[in-house]
Amino acid sequence: MLTYATKRALIAILTLLAASLVVFAMLEIVPGDPARLMLGMNATEDAVHNLQEQMGLNQPLAIRYFSWLGGLLTGDLGKSYTYSVPVFDLIKERVAVSLPLAVISLALSTLIALPVGIFAASKRGKFSGTLAMGVAQVGVAIPNFWFALLLVYLFAVTLRLVPAGGFPGWGAGFGVSLKSLILPSIALALPQAAILARVTRSALLEVLGEDYIRTARAKGLSRRQVLYRHALRNALIPVLTILGLQFAFLLAGTIIIENVFYLPGLGRLVFQAITQRDLIVVEGVVMLLIATLILVNLLVDLSYAIVDPRLRGRS
Amino acid sequence: MKSWKLAIAGVAISLVMSSASFAAKTNLVLGIVLEPPHLDPTAGAAAAIDEIVYANIFEGLTRIGPKGNVLPALAESWTQSDDGKVYTFKLHKDVKFHDGTAFDADDVKFSLDRARGDKSTNAQKGLFSAIDTVNVVDPLTVKVALKQPSGDFLYNMGWGDAVIVAPESAGTNKDKPVGTGPFKFDSWAKGSQIVIAKNADYWGKPALLDKATFRVIPDPAAATAALLAGDVQAFPVFPSYETIPQFQVDPRFKVVIGTTEGETVLGMNNKKPPFDNPKVRQAITHAIDRKSLIDGAMFGFGTPIGSFFPPHHPAYVDLTAETAYDPELAKKLMAEAGHPDGFKTTLKLPPPTYARRGGEIIAAELREIGIDAEIIPVEWAQWLDQVFKNKDYAMTIVSHTEPNDLNIFSRDDYYFNYDSTAFKELIKQIDVTSDGAERTELYQQAQKLLAKDVPAAFLFQLPKTGVWDAKIEGLWENGPIQANDLTSVKWLD
Repeated sequence: MLTYATKRALIAILTLLAASLVVFAMLEIVPGDPARLMLGMNATEDAVHNLQEQMGLNQPLAIRYFSWLGGLLTGDLGKSYTYSVPVFDLIKERVAVSLPLAVISLALSTLIALPVGIFAASKRGKFSGTLAMGVAQVGVAIPNFWFALLLVYLFAVTLRLVPAGGFPGWGAGFGVSLKSLILPSIALALPQAAILARVTRSALLEVLGEDYIRTARAKGLSRRQVLYRHALRNALIPVLTILGLQFAFLLAGTIIIENVFYLPGLGRLVFQAITQRDLIVVEGVVMLLIATLILVNLLVDLSYAIVDPRLRGRS
Repeated sequence: MKSWKLAIAGVAISLVMSSASFAAKTNLVLGIVLEPPHLDPTAGAAAAIDEIVYANIFEGLTRIGPKGNVLPALAESWTQSDDGKVYTFKLHKDVKFHDGTAFDADDVKFSLDRARGDKSTNAQKGLFSAIDTVNVVDPLTVKVALKQPSGDFLYNMGWGDAVIVAPESAGTNKDKPVGTGPFKFDSWAKGSQIVIAKNADYWGKPALLDKATFRVIPDPAAATAALLAGDVQAFPVFPSYETIPQFQVDPRFKVVIGTTEGETVLGMNNKKPPFDNPKVRQAITHAIDRKSLIDGAMFGFGTPIGSFFPPHHPAYVDLTAETAYDPELAKKLMAEAGHPDGFKTTLKLPPPTYARRGGEIIAAELREIGIDAEIIPVEWAQWLDQVFKNKDYAMTIVSHTEPNDLNIFSRDDYYFNYDSTAFKELIKQIDVTSDGAERTELYQQAQKLLAKDVPAAFLFQLPKTGVWDAKIEGLWENGPIQANDLTSVKWLD
C-alpha cells in the first residue's frame, strides 16, 4: 500500500510543477494588455504606462514566473490586477459557493444513478430495464442550461418557491443559502446522474458475465446476493473513475449553470478574469483546479486499492 | 361558527395590515450586466463603475443631469473671468466625506492635481488637459486657471472621472470607496452584488431609499427570470431585447426606452487601401440598410444616425437621408472607385451582441455590392490590442459610449486613421467657443463634414432599455452619461 501511495503522490507533485510552467507560459502568449483594457478607449499613453508599472507588468518574464511560483509555495497567490485584492481571498469566496454546489450535485447524482443503474442491470432485456436506460439517455441528451431554465420558470417564476438565482452568501444564513443552491444542483446533477447510471449498468453487466458469478450462483446464492456481494463491488472501479472526473467538472466546469443562476462561483471568476486579462487570477484558479484534479485522481487511485485488494501490493 | 368567521376576518385584517406595512418599501434591488472591476471612477474606464458610484457615492464640482445638462454639485456656484480662462468655484460648506473627514478646497486641488499629474492612471486624463493651475483661495473657494478658454470645461468636471476624492482615502477607493454623496458604500460580495446605504449625514437633499443593491446578472435569460420572479425590481439597462415585448404588456412592469451617448459605427481603417478612397467608404455607407440592421441586430430598438452625434442633443442634425440605403448608388460609387467587381476584406467584431449580430447583417449587405468581408470575432482585450492600439484591421463595429466625444475624429493616431485638417480646425474652434449659438453652428458643420467624408459608416444610437417595477419612480429615462443616479428614486404607494 505504502509504495503504491508514495509513487502516486510523487507523480502528483511533478505534474503540478509541470502544470505551473505550462499555465504561466500559455497565459503569457495570450494577446491583450490588462492595463489598457482597464483604462479603455480614451486613455492617454502615459496613463496606461503608469498603470502597467503599478501592476508590475513591465518586469522580465522569468522574474515574474519565479516570484509567482515562490508565492504559490508560501500560499500567496498575488493580487488581482482588476479587483486589486489578494487572489487567495477571491478564490476563497468563490470556493464557498462552488464546493458545496459540487458536493450536493455529486451526492444527488450518485443517489439517483446507483439505484437506477443497478435496477437497469438486473432487469436487462425486460421492458422496465430498457425504459430506465431510455430515460437516462434523454437525461444525457438534455443540455443542462435548458433544463435549468425550465426549473427556474417552474419553481421560481411560476410557483415562487425559490429565488430565480443569486447567492446571498453564507453570512446571510444557512437556510437561505442552501435554498439558492437547490435548483442549480438539480440542474447539474441530473445529466451527471444519467451518465453515471449508464456506466454503472454496463460495468455491472460486464461483471455479471464473468465465470465467478456463475460459480457463485452455482454454489447456491440468490440473484440478489450475487448482485450486491460479488458483482457490485467489482463493478465499482469504473464508477469511481467517472465520479472523480465528475467532481472535477462540477467544481470548475459549471460556468453555464453559474450564469443561468448568476452564482458567484469559480467558473464565472475564471471566465471574467480571462476576458479582463486578469492573468494572475486565471493562473491562481487554474492551478487550484489542477491541484484539485490531481488530488481527486490520487484519492480515486487510492480508493481502487481499497475496493480491489489485488492493487495494494503492486508498485 | 360565528367565532370561526371572526377569526378568519381577524386573520384577513392582519394580513392586509402587514402588507400595508411592507408597502412603504425603502430598499431596491437593481440588476446590472457587468460587474465593475473596482469602484474608483478616477482609475478606470469601465462604465460599470460609474453605474454604481456616480452621483450616489461620489460627487464632483459639477454634475451631469438627466437631460445631459451641467448642474452644480459640490460647487454651489462659480464665476468665469472675462477672458474665459479662470473659473472661481464657491464650495458647499459643512460637507463631510463618508469616513467623517471634512471636505474643503484642499480636496479639490488634490483631486484635480492627482488626475492630471505625472503618476495619474485616470482613464480620461484628457478631460484635465486644459487646466494650467489649481489654487486654494480659502477653504471654500478654489480658482482653476486654464491654458486657454474651454467651452467644455464645466461639462468635463461633471464626469465620473473628475469626482472629488480625499487624500486619506484615495488609495483605497477601489475596494472601499469614500465619497461625499447621499449614499455610502456598504458591502461588495464579489461576483454577486454590491450594496450601498443611505448616508444619514448628507449635506444636501437626502436620499429617499435606505438601501440599494446592485446584483450582477450577465445572462439575458437569467435577467428576464430575475425580474419576473421579483428577485430584482429594476434593470436600468436591460440586456434581453427579445423579451422586452413580454414586459411591455405586463402591467406589473414599466418599460422605458431612452437614448444614450453610444454612437454605433462601422469603423474603417482610412489609411488602408481601398478604404483610403472616400468613394469606397461612401459606397459602403450607402450599402447598409440601417432599418434592417436595427430590426435584425437590436430587435427594433435604436435610432438611426447619419453622423457621429446623439439625436437628443440640441445641436443634432439628422443626416440619415444624405447617407441613406441605396445599393444602386453604392455600386456606382464602387465602379467609380475602380472596384466594379468588389474586393475581399475583413470585419473584426468585439463581443457585444450589437456588433456580432450587426456584423452578420452588414457582411450580407456588403456582399450585394461585391465586397466579401470575412468575419473575425475577437475578445475585448484583442480588440483593444489589434484594432484600437495597433490599427491592424480593415473594418470593425463598435459603440462609442463616452459623452461629448465628437473630437475623437480630430485625434492624431486614433484607430480610424482619419486625418482631416478641416475637421481638426472645427474641433479646435468648438473647444474655445463658449457661446451657445456659435457652438451649435460649429457642431452642425462638424456633423455634416463627417457625413460627407464618412471616416466610419454611422449606424445607430444605442438605446437605453430600462425595465422596472411599475411602482418605482425617479430612475433616469435616458443615459446622457453612464450612471444609475438613485438620489431621487422612491417606491410609490
